[in-house]
Amino acid sequence: MTDDLDKLAALLRDDMPAPSDAAKRAAISAGMAAFEKNSEKFQGTAPDVRPIHNRSDLGRGFMEGLKAMFNKLTGRQMMLGTASLATIAFAVVMIQNTKPPHTGPRSPIIEQTDPTPEPFDPTANVPTQGDLGPQDSEMGYVPRPEPDPEVNSGPAVLAVPQEGGESAANVDLTPASPAPTGKADDAAGSGQGAAVLAEDMADTPVPAAPPASVVTQAPQAERSRNLDGAVLGGVIGQVDAAAGAVAPYESPITDTEVYQPPVEGGHDQFAGEAVSPLKVTQVEPVSTFSIDVDTASYAFVRRSLLNGYLPDPAAVRTEEMINYFNYDYATPQSDEAPFAPQASVFPTPWNPDTLLMHIGIQGYDIPASERPPVNLVFLIDTSGSMNDPQKLPLLIQSFRLLLGELNDHDQVAIVTYAGSAGVVLEPTPATEVRKILNSLMRLGAGGSTAGQAGLQQAYALAEEMADDGDTSRVILATDGDFNVGISDRGELQKYIEAKRETGVYLSILGFGQGNYNDALMQTLAQNGNGTAAYIDTLAEAQKVLVDQIGGALFTIAQDVKIQVEFNPAEVAEYRLIGYETRALNREDFNNDSVDAGDIGAGTQVTAIYEITPVGSAAISVDPLRYGNADPLPEGNGELAFLKLRYKNPGESTSNLITTPVRYDPDVTPDSEALFSVAVAGFGQLLRDDTRLGDWGFADVLEMAQANKGDDPFGYRSEFIRLVRLAETAQ
Amino acid sequence: MENDSNSLAQRAARGDADAYRVLLERHYDLMFRVAYRTLGNRSDSEDLVQEVCVALPKKLASFRGDSRFESWLYTIVVNAGRDLMRKRGARARAADGWGDVEIMHRQAAVEKTENLNWLTRAMSRLSPELRETVALVLGEEMTHAAAAKVLGLSEGSVSWRMSEVKKELRLMAKEQEMLE
Repeated sequence: MTDDLDKLAALLRDDMPAPSDAAKRAAISAGMAAFEKNSEKFQGTAPDVRPIHNRSDLGRGFMEGLKAMFNKLTGRQMMLGTASLATIAFAVVMIQNTKPPHTGPRSPIIEQTDPTPEPFDPTANVPTQGDLGPQDSEMGYVPRPEPDPEVNSGPAVLAVPQEGGESAANVDLTPASPAPTGKADDAAGSGQGAAVLAEDMADTPVPAAPPASVVTQAPQAERSRNLDGAVLGGVIGQVDAAAGAVAPYESPITDTEVYQPPVEGGHDQFAGEAVSPLKVTQVEPVSTFSIDVDTASYAFVRRSLLNGYLPDPAAVRTEEMINYFNYDYATPQSDEAPFAPQASVFPTPWNPDTLLMHIGIQGYDIPASERPPVNLVFLIDTSGSMNDPQKLPLLIQSFRLLLGELNDHDQVAIVTYAGSAGVVLEPTPATEVRKILNSLMRLGAGGSTAGQAGLQQAYALAEEMADDGDTSRVILATDGDFNVGISDRGELQKYIEAKRETGVYLSILGFGQGNYNDALMQTLAQNGNGTAAYIDTLAEAQKVLVDQIGGALFTIAQDVKIQVEFNPAEVAEYRLIGYETRALNREDFNNDSVDAGDIGAGTQVTAIYEITPVGSAAISVDPLRYGNADPLPEGNGELAFLKLRYKNPGESTSNLITTPVRYDPDVTPDSEALFSVAVAGFGQLLRDDTRLGDWGFADVLEMAQANKGDDPFGYRSEFIRLVRLAETAQ
Repeated sequence: MENDSNSLAQRAARGDADAYRVLLERHYDLMFRVAYRTLGNRSDSEDLVQEVCVALPKKLASFRGDSRFESWLYTIVVNAGRDLMRKRGARARAADGWGDVEIMHRQAAVEKTENLNWLTRAMSRLSPELRETVALVLGEEMTHAAAAKVLGLSEGSVSWRMSEVKKELRLMAKEQEMLE
């Protein structure tokens, strides 16, 4: 009987007469005439809304395959999805209404004439007044350029270190040293819009035009079951209506075609930043940075290692790896001070001649009974690039977990954006789980990414939902592409910054492999007061959205900045491990208008400095022959003075916490701190940081195992497995 | 520039005439194939496709890129074909394409090649519903699931229809044997 069908199929194809050219031309010209007539109404509006770029042309055929796979997974199967393969990134950006405008943009940094960015090119080094660059170039990077004699012999070059704060603080930001991938993109840090933008322009891949034969390859791939016409029609209708309601964006975003997202497959973009350089205390005694509670980098590293290869060094942000883990630091008892900083000093495992200064901050936790109601707007990217069983289904599962944590005071709404944006679910009490899940399951992916319209709509909805005392939050789920509308990262950044003042928080969920735009996520997270966590499994979703729900949804302290003043009498050199993308200018510390990272309820933040004591054999920079006339003051045992600024949520004035840091060789470091050091060492190894000498993965392994502690959820055990994988992945 | 059909469709929906022209050039053959296999004759098919080309600009506004443009277009053509057959069904069922041939065959007025005979007989035995299903599943080599989406049916319904097609073909073979 199948033969009959085959015969029928074959004959149908044989019998197919070629369409006549005349009829074709007639039909097309009739069609064009109708088109002209119909499109009159568009005149005057078209250019503004015209989406310039759809994505993934090259991968279209491939995408159709994914789409088919995904569509087949709708409904119940979707919920049973393929979590172990999947990857999501998660970033939380918080926005607070009372924050004054960001008057201290960091972009001026890159406009300064301070030539410190040139340590890599000694020949291009033009010494100028206040030039601290040569020294930095000597100690900051590997390979180290030869000391520039011209500089060393020029006494005028030696600025007074204490006054060099501004330029000195810039040093750790500006070096446009090669990001390990060779991607210069983002080397200046995503906090600096202009630089980022410029680099983005340079780093714009332009996909070639697709083959025109899309039609013939597609039918087999097209499988859909549950998205029947009625549902599709309904969704489309809503989208349509809602798209029309999108308010104009205050700051018009130019359709510059600058930001062209990459096609599928190994084109993740990272905010790769040069390793924080070593600093000489006498030259630059003050180190300032914003805390970073993102964890995206760790999950990305994990995914790479689980796949059997070492991660792209640019994907590794050591501080995010450290902050991925929960540490059992002392918990503050009340919310009078939202956190308690602790500093301890102990020997460096990879260098007997240096010490580590470990700063641990534990935020207090809000008991579930006391937390305020939350309004969540899920802003879900349903563009073609999300059309992957590793993305959307996992996202939906993740949201499902999140819903389990909410109660009937909380509200949920859903907005999708793809070719256009639309409200899929009006605000609904979080307890109506079935209704919310049904809306989620109806989502299908397709089209390009109209991020701008989606964001506007989600914000509008969130503002509408907000009552007094509520926390409103947009949870944006995407793989990081905003390729329609906001195509320019600088503009997107401005938009997020502006919205930071509306009292609506923004969380960003980025997804997936091959297309994940880490650099963009970083921009959004850092400029929107947020955190970034990369969820590559359902277990990760559970960690972020269930175990750490408080941290994800409730901010207890905002704009948390750390400034450490090292005592030149005790500390000759120091370097901050990680936080490359979070460096601040020295003067930014006391400037309350300068944005910094936030701390969520119950979360910990860890920062580690490696310090070289005065007189240590590890000092790598020779003392200066000139300009060092003043003898060092007598040491008083204080290595450093730790200052910490934070704002209570919604307040505009910061509070200051200070504490001196001493070294007591008799105190053994606690194992929580040591575990964080093991993670720090691992991050540095993955970044090819040569400062660790021959300390290697085996040492990380040993140290992590010895300090694993209780590890109730197995995160540390997982870390140990990753270290072992890294050993073999080399 | 973006030239995949979904992008073109979206551009066309926003008034880009060039995009619309490319879209038509690219998809005319597809539309014609589906029309021809559903209707069974050239002139009706050409008319139908032209109607679709004329109606499409308005309909494009409802295309939001949630699915592939081609899938969406199949649906438009199939629906246009149904409309046409419904209208004709009200007038005279015999007027539809494959049916004409069947009538001619019964009257033994036309002798074609054996294979074409078999094809026309087969297609003319099938109801319009089964024909549109065959046009997609066999003609366009769609999966049952994909065809189901275009036809607005469940995948099971498409599978059932295809089994009906087989049954019909088997019946036809039996009748043929009895005749010979």
